[in-house]
Amino acid sequence: MLWTKKDLLGLEYLSKEEIELILETAESFKEVTTREIKKVPALRGKTVVNLFYEPSTRTRVSFEVAAKRLSADVINIAVETSSVRKGETLIDTGKNIQALKADILVVRHNCSGAPALLARSLAINVVNAGDGWHEHPTQALLDIFTLKEKLGRIEGLRVVIVGDIAHSRVCRSNIWGLSKLGAKVTVCAPEMLIPPGIGEMGAAVTCDIDEALKDADAVNVLRMQFERDEPTAFPEQLEYFKNYGITEERLKRVKRNIIVMHPGPINRGVEIASVVADGQNSVILEQVTNGIAVRMAVLFLVAQANEAKG
Amino acid sequence: MKLLIKGGRVIDPANNIDEVLDILAEDGNITRLAKDIDVPGEQTIEAAGKIVMPALVDMHVHLREPGREDKETIKSGTLAALKGGVASVLVMPNTEPAMDSAENIRMLTGLIKNSSYANVYICGAITKGRYGKELTGIAKLKNEGVVAISDDGAAVDNEELLLKALLEAKEHRLPAICHCEDRKLSNKGVMNSGLISTRLGLRGISRESEYKRVERDVSLAERISSPIHITHLSCKESVEIIARAKKKAVKVTCDSAPHYFSLSEEALLDYDTNMKMNPPLRTKEDVTAIKQALKDGTIDAIASDHAPQTINEKEIEFERAEFGVIGLETLLSVSITELVETGILSFSELIKRAALNPAKILKINKGTLSIGADADIAIIDPYKQWTVRKEEIVSRSKNSSFLGRQLKGVVEYTIVNGKIAYPF
Amino acid sequence: MQEKAKLLDVETIARSLMRIAHEILEHNRGSQNLAIVGIRSRGAHLARRLAECIKKIDNKEIPVGILDITLYRDDLTLLAAQPVVHKTEINFDIQDKNIILVDDVLYTGRTIRCALSELIDFGRPKSIQLAVLVDRGHRELPIRADYVGKNIPTSQDEMVEVHLAEVDGKDEVVIVER
Repeated sequence: MLWTKKDLLGLEYLSKEEIELILETAESFKEVTTREIKKVPALRGKTVVNLFYEPSTRTRVSFEVAAKRLSADVINIAVETSSVRKGETLIDTGKNIQALKADILVVRHNCSGAPALLARSLAINVVNAGDGWHEHPTQALLDIFTLKEKLGRIEGLRVVIVGDIAHSRVCRSNIWGLSKLGAKVTVCAPEMLIPPGIGEMGAAVTCDIDEALKDADAVNVLRMQFERDEPTAFPEQLEYFKNYGITEERLKRVKRNIIVMHPGPINRGVEIASVVADGQNSVILEQVTNGIAVRMAVLFLVAQANEAKG
Repeated sequence: MKLLIKGGRVIDPANNIDEVLDILAEDGNITRLAKDIDVPGEQTIEAAGKIVMPALVDMHVHLREPGREDKETIKSGTLAALKGGVASVLVMPNTEPAMDSAENIRMLTGLIKNSSYANVYICGAITKGRYGKELTGIAKLKNEGVVAISDDGAAVDNEELLLKALLEAKEHRLPAICHCEDRKLSNKGVMNSGLISTRLGLRGISRESEYKRVERDVSLAERISSPIHITHLSCKESVEIIARAKKKAVKVTCDSAPHYFSLSEEALLDYDTNMKMNPPLRTKEDVTAIKQALKDGTIDAIASDHAPQTINEKEIEFERAEFGVIGLETLLSVSITELVETGILSFSELIKRAALNPAKILKINKGTLSIGADADIAIIDPYKQWTVRKEEIVSRSKNSSFLGRQLKGVVEYTIVNGKIAYPF
Repeated sequence: MQEKAKLLDVETIARSLMRIAHEILEHNRGSQNLAIVGIRSRGAHLARRLAECIKKIDNKEIPVGILDITLYRDDLTLLAAQPVVHKTEINFDIQDKNIILVDDVLYTGRTIRCALSELIDFGRPKSIQLAVLVDRGHRELPIRADYVGKNIPTSQDEMVEVHLAEVDGKDEVVIVER
């Protein structure tokens, strides 16, 4: 299996084999992160630019650590955004970064499709670090990596994604990735947070969390993305926690060793109870650790794709 | 000034003509239609193997002047029209300033007189500034020569106000053109709502936002038995509502644009902003319904909704990009490729929908080759292929949905008032 | 590509390894404080075999590690085929150990250069010694082997292929023409 893609824009666009290659490569990188010296010279002399149009700490830091452990130089650019902002267009910004002879552009944008626009317009590698409601491929890859590490396989697993399905790029990427690898995905949320047609993407849809969690091997808990829509697009918080919150009480009725995941940041008491977030079933911090290995693998692979071409 | 067109297949649905004939135009009018006309020494076009037809009448066009001459001007827009075989256009009132007063329309009339290369008709605004608050006074606008009224780009939300406007339009025998969109329902959406919008993570525009408003506007027209024209139909339900109304003899007419019968929402999968328009591209099922409605006559007219936008407004993030695509230069070829080549319409039926019917709806003396009519004629090679290329677009903006597409039917001549206006 | 000659077979390979094992023990005065690290993939198999040889002589288990040097290569840009990243497995502390680094063929020395860089990132061994099954010459870096199975003078147009039962089904060393 060879990696041939210049960019990583989403899991929708990857084959099962490509996803497996990333996961396997990430396993090797995870070993690197356990060493005394956690740094390898693989991307020495390369420059990675983190271009972030949305405030983000964890993803940006994770990409930065990943790039540095590959010996790449890292430049972080945070762009002030507002809908009325006038100024340089996205393509112009991208072309300027390319002119600085950067090699890999990691981009986070509040508009769906912005990384695709950059990838089309630029010769350098573009990695999507989350775009609008569209995709967040590296988050889903690290979720899948963590699941596989914990349970030994993905094929046949029952995975529930609960929460703000409508506005979630993490959810979309997880549906594509998990279903390509043979897991059964169920999305669960109040009706108002279920986007049209999501069932046709390969996920079962339900509004009943207890039903969904029955026989589930893992649950991925999403937060409400209040910043992405009008207040009227969301359910009332207390009501939501009562009906959909992942609580100790709820977990008592399901598989004892169910894996609880969360892409962060956590809103304790809104979508997940504190005791669960910190409890035995939670792998939330392992997800963070695995995120670095997965992002190292992605950066390494897209950089190689470039070399193979050139 | 005489012009003779010899040996072409003349198609004129107004007179049920479809045969090889010669046409003579004198001083801007058609004067003879017969076999083997011989007028020695006059300008002659040999049209053997070509179709000779009334030039198209495009009843939904944005030429952006005055106000946004960076997108299009009356000159560039009318030249684009000529390249597409279009000799007459109706320009929508959403210019800057809007066409909402006698003064503004006088100004536009002056601009047209100075710089247009084709026939440009003006559509006046229904409400001041197109804000949907206060009527413009249709009598005044008619005095300045508008042939229709519309708030296109915006819908008149206030039912009472629209009712009043329809009554006024009826009194002055002006067609009222309705852009049907309930903005509360379209909710800042950027594409059709459904699986594809969910996959792309884009905010959807529901079908209800269109057809519920079509339903309302049609029932208003029915209530006061006043004519109404619904523009740019995009979905199946809208078609069904119009079909039912027509059965009940409600005076409703409607049009759809080439992109709605040739492209579906799948075209947006790589976030191509040249596929972003309002109403949005819908599903394959809707495309089929629009085609069927064009065949059975539920949809009366084909109009381009030519909406030029600059690169700065299109080569950006999809959500931030402007709605709209250009269409004057591809109107005829897309229609031939998608409707005639596929056996849905005959050439005669296509000409009826793209020339005769719009002229009838606007009550203008166009769209026919009758003796005495204005000599607005298109001569086309119906079987020649061409590829839409950015560099060859005449319009000032290049935002076409059909870039790179191979189309059938090439316009060889466009004649306006008896003069060869294209090739330039 | 055409096979020109068979240089070693199953017996000569076994004998070479046993000789190297004796030399290692002699040079290091026994097996205490010794560890073997093989370079993926054939060097790793040779490393395991060498450890068995030493056990036969000295009756002591010595730790064996595997090094994947992909991430340390300086020629990633020149490779036609994309390398696949595998795990490095060194589950012991290399600090102050005498490390026997093992590979199948010593050629330009660049692979060994990568391996040395990577090894040193794991700690500070007392010494690193190099054992190879074949030394074919044409060095591009100042590197030499401490233990050699067979020296084979070659031309640049030739390739030396080491086949091992673990991956190739049989033991042999052949020379092929490009």
